[in-house]
Amino acid sequence: MKLELRGITKRFGALVANDHIDLRVEPGEIHCLLGENGAGKSTLMNVLYGLYTADEGEILLDDEVQRFTGPGDAMAAGIGMVHQHFMLIPVFTVAENVMLGHEETKAAGRLDLDAARRRVREIADRFGFHVDPDALVEDLPVGVQQRVEIIKALSRDARVLVFDEPTAVLTPQETDELMAVMRRLKEGGAAIVFITHKLREVREVADRITVVRRGRIVGEASPTSTDAELAALMVGRAVELTVPKEAPRPTASALEVRGLEVTDPTGAVVVDDVSFTVRGGEVLVVAGVQGNGQTELAEALVGLQPASGGSVTLDGTELLGRSVRQVLDAGVGIVPEDRTHDGLVGAFTVAENLVLDRTDGPPFARAGQLQLGLRDRFAAEKVEEFDIRTQGIDTPVGRLSGGNQQKVVLARELSRDLRLLVASQPTRGVDVGSIEFIHRRIVETRDAGVPVVVVSTELDEAVALGDRILVMYRGRVVGVVPATTPRDVLGLMMAGIPQTEGASA
Amino acid sequence: MTTPDPYAAGGAVAPDAVPHNPATHPSPEADPAGPPPAPVEDDSARWRAAVHRVFAGGWAVSVGAVLLAVLAGSVMIAFTDEGVQEASSYFFARPLDTLGAVGSAVGSAYAALFRGAVWNFRADDLAGAIRPLTSSLNFATPLIAAGLGVAVAFRAGLFNIGGQGQMLAAAAGAGWVGFAADLPVGLHLLLAMVAGIAAGAVWAGIAGVLKAFTGAHEVIVTIMLNYIAFYGISYLLATPGLLQAPGSANPKTPAMQDTAILPRLLGERFTLHAGFLVALLAVVLVWWLLNRSTLGFGFRAVGENPAAARVAGIDVRRTTVVAMLVAGALVGIAGTTQVLGTVTTGFSYDIDAGIGFDAITVALLGRSTPWGVLGAAILFGGFKAGGSTMQAAENIPIEIVLVVQSLIVLFIAAPPLVRAVLRLPQPQARPRRRATTREAAA
Repeated sequence: MKLELRGITKRFGALVANDHIDLRVEPGEIHCLLGENGAGKSTLMNVLYGLYTADEGEILLDDEVQRFTGPGDAMAAGIGMVHQHFMLIPVFTVAENVMLGHEETKAAGRLDLDAARRRVREIADRFGFHVDPDALVEDLPVGVQQRVEIIKALSRDARVLVFDEPTAVLTPQETDELMAVMRRLKEGGAAIVFITHKLREVREVADRITVVRRGRIVGEASPTSTDAELAALMVGRAVELTVPKEAPRPTASALEVRGLEVTDPTGAVVVDDVSFTVRGGEVLVVAGVQGNGQTELAEALVGLQPASGGSVTLDGTELLGRSVRQVLDAGVGIVPEDRTHDGLVGAFTVAENLVLDRTDGPPFARAGQLQLGLRDRFAAEKVEEFDIRTQGIDTPVGRLSGGNQQKVVLARELSRDLRLLVASQPTRGVDVGSIEFIHRRIVETRDAGVPVVVVSTELDEAVALGDRILVMYRGRVVGVVPATTPRDVLGLMMAGIPQTEGASA
Repeated sequence: MTTPDPYAAGGAVAPDAVPHNPATHPSPEADPAGPPPAPVEDDSARWRAAVHRVFAGGWAVSVGAVLLAVLAGSVMIAFTDEGVQEASSYFFARPLDTLGAVGSAVGSAYAALFRGAVWNFRADDLAGAIRPLTSSLNFATPLIAAGLGVAVAFRAGLFNIGGQGQMLAAAAGAGWVGFAADLPVGLHLLLAMVAGIAAGAVWAGIAGVLKAFTGAHEVIVTIMLNYIAFYGISYLLATPGLLQAPGSANPKTPAMQDTAILPRLLGERFTLHAGFLVALLAVVLVWWLLNRSTLGFGFRAVGENPAAARVAGIDVRRTTVVAMLVAGALVGIAGTTQVLGTVTTGFSYDIDAGIGFDAITVALLGRSTPWGVLGAAILFGGFKAGGSTMQAAENIPIEIVLVVQSLIVLFIAAPPLVRAVLRLPQPQARPRRRATTREAAA
C-alpha cells in the first residue's frame, strides 16, 4: 500500500508543529524520518495514526483520501504503529495481547485463544521471529516485547508500519535484529516509516531519508550520506560529533569505589561488587543498556540510595552513609538522570533552579533570608555563560526546551567548586546543538582536574566522551576498557559477554 | 575546580556589595515579564501578553468562581422568595411582574448582605455605619490565620485538613493559661498566646512526623487528629479540675481573666480585637517566609517536586515536619484569638465553629498566597457577618450563603468550567514550548 501525506499542518496554539509536510512512502520501502527531539516527527505520525486531526492537508492510501477520527480508523485502513513505549499489558500472554481489541470469540462469548495462538505462530513463522504465544509479556526481554508489538500490528493486516523511535530501549544486538526484521517486512511488501534521531541506524536500513527540522521538511538525503551531512541537515549547521579533547592529564585526586553493593527494596542486588577508580582529569563512562544497575550506582555514589556494602572515597574521604547535603558540600556535582523529575523544580524560575542546592547558607542565603539580588545577578550571568535560551531568569524552567533545562542543571552544578562530577545521561532528550555544548563543558571540567563519572546508555556518547568505559551488565562490571575499543566489542560487553582479547585498562 | 566561582562561600566578591534591591530586581510575582536578558518586545505584544496572563491566570478563575457562585445564589434567592412565587403563578399573563419580583428579591437580598457586611447605610451615626465592616473583619480574623495555615501546608505539598483539631488544641492551650494562670498584665496575654500557638503547632506536628517518618498520609492523619482533639477536649471540658469551669455541670471553661484578653481595637462598642492585627502580622510573616526565606524556599521546593528537592540536598522529612509545625502554629493563632478575643466568656468543644474547614476554602480561593488568603478571608468574613442580616431583614435562609460558599469551592475546583462560562482564555491556548515539545515527542 502506498502512503502519501499532502501538506499536513498541525498547530498547537502559536506553535506550528508540522508545517505543510509532504511525504510519500512506497510499498517495499523503508522511509526514514530523521530529526531532533521536538522536530515534529512524532506529531506527524500521531496525525497519521488518527490521534491528532491535522489542521490542513490530507492523508492518502493508494491515492484515496482518508479521514481518521481515531486510531481505530487508521488500523482499519491498514496502518500499524510500533510505539516507543510499548502498548502491551504485562500480565497478559503474547496471544492475549495480540488479540486484545479485536478478540475472536467462540459460542457464548468465550475467547478463541487457539485462533490467536495460530495467528501469532503464523506471523512469527512468516518473518522468522521466535515468540512463544503463551509466554507472559512481562517475562520477555525488551527486544521480544517489541516483536510482540510488531506482530500485533501485522495481525491487523497492517500494510503501512510506523516505527516510532524503536531502538531507544534496545541493546546494539537487539537493534541489529530489529533492522533485520524491518528488512524482511520490507521484502514482504510493507511500506515502513522509521522515526529516529540516530544517524547510524538511518544509514543502515533506510531506502530514503527525509529530514525534519522545526516542523518542516528541510531536505531529503540518500543513505550514502555521511553522519556529518545528516547531522548538519538536522540541526541546520555543521556539528562535530566527536568531542574535541586532548589526552587526559591525571591528577592526584581520585574517586575510589571498592566492592560497592546496592540492594533494592525487594532485596535484589542491583549493584554487585562494583570497584573502579577515577583519577582527576579523566572521564569514566559507565555504559550499558538501561536497567543494568547504572542508575543505582550513580545514586549510591551521591548518597541518594543507601549502599549495602563497600566504600566510596573521594580524595580519601568516605562518602557512603552521608546525606545528600553533606555529599554536595564535599564538592560533588550531581547531574541526575531524569532532569524533570530529579534535577529541576518545573514551576520554579530559572533563577530559583540555578540556586536550588545552594540556599542552605552564604552567599545565596544569609540569616535565613534569600539573597535575591545576588541570586538574580548570578542567574543572569549563568544564562549568558551557558547560553540558556530563555525569555528571562524569571521564566518557569518547565517552559524551557529539554536542552536548555539540562543547561540549567549543568550551570548550577558546574558553578560550585567541584571535586567530583557525577553526570547521568547528561544529553538524553537534548538537541544536537546542546549536546555539543554539554560535552564541551564536561570535558572542560575534566581538564580542570576533576574526576568525572558519566553514565550513558548511548554508545556514541560513551565513545566520544570517555577516556575509559566501564560496562555494566546485571549489576556487575563486565570490564573497564579504553574508549578506543571497537564498538562491536562494546556491544557484546553490554550483552554481558566480557571482552576476551586485548588488555583491560 | 571548573570555573572560578565568585559566589562560593568566602569567594572574591563580598555578597554584601550587591544588596537586594527590589526596584532593580523585581520578584517573580511583582514582574512576571522578566527582567534582564529578556528580549525586548514591542509594547503592544507585551500588553497582549500581560492581558493574557491576567485572564489565563488563576486569579481570574478565583474572581470568576465568586461571581458565578453569587449568580447561582441569586437564582436560589429568586426561587425561594414568596413574592417571586406569587408573581410566577400568572407568569404568562404578566411576565414582567415575575422578572420585577426576581429583581427586587435578589436586589434587596444582596443589599442586606452589603448592609450587614460592609456599610450600614440605614444607621444613624458613623459608628453604626461602620459596625458591619468591623464585624466582618472580626469574623475574618480566625479565617485569615487558619487560611494561612492551610496555605503554607499546601505550598509544601501537604493537605492540612486538621484545622479543627489544631484550633481545638490551640484553644485548650491558650484557654487554660488564660483562665488558670495568675500573671501580670501583658505577660499573661503573651504567655496564653504562645501556649495556644504552640499547642496548634504540636498538634499539626504529629501529622508531620507521622507523614515524614512512616509515610502515613497527612489527610487521614489530620482528620483522625480532629476526632482525637474533639473528643479529648470534650473529656477535658467535662472533667472538673481540668478545663471545666468549677461548680458547673456544663462542658464549658471558666471565663478568661482580664489580663489574658486581647484588647479591643475601636473601644468597647466594637467587637474587633487585637487578634486582627496579629492575623495581619501573620500575613506579612508568611509572605516573607514563602518568598524571601530559605525555609520557605525549601517548603515550596518540596511541595512542587520533592524528588528534585532531595537531590538538591534539602531534607524532605525535616521540611515536612517543619511545614506542619508552621501550619499548625498559624491555625493555632486562629484558635487562640477566638478564645482570647472573640469568645472570652469561656469556650466549649464547638469553639472552632467550622473555621478549620472554611480555612481550606479560603486557602483555595486565595490560591495559597498570603495576600490572596487575606482577601478571601475578608470576603468570607463578610459573608458570615452579612448572612445573618440577610436572614433577619429579608427572611432569606442563611444556608444560601453557605451554599454560595460551597459553590465557590466547586467552581474553583473546575477552572475550565469557569473559563468556559465567562469566556476567559483557556491556558493551553498559550504557546507553551514545553507542552508542545512533549506532545511532539510523544
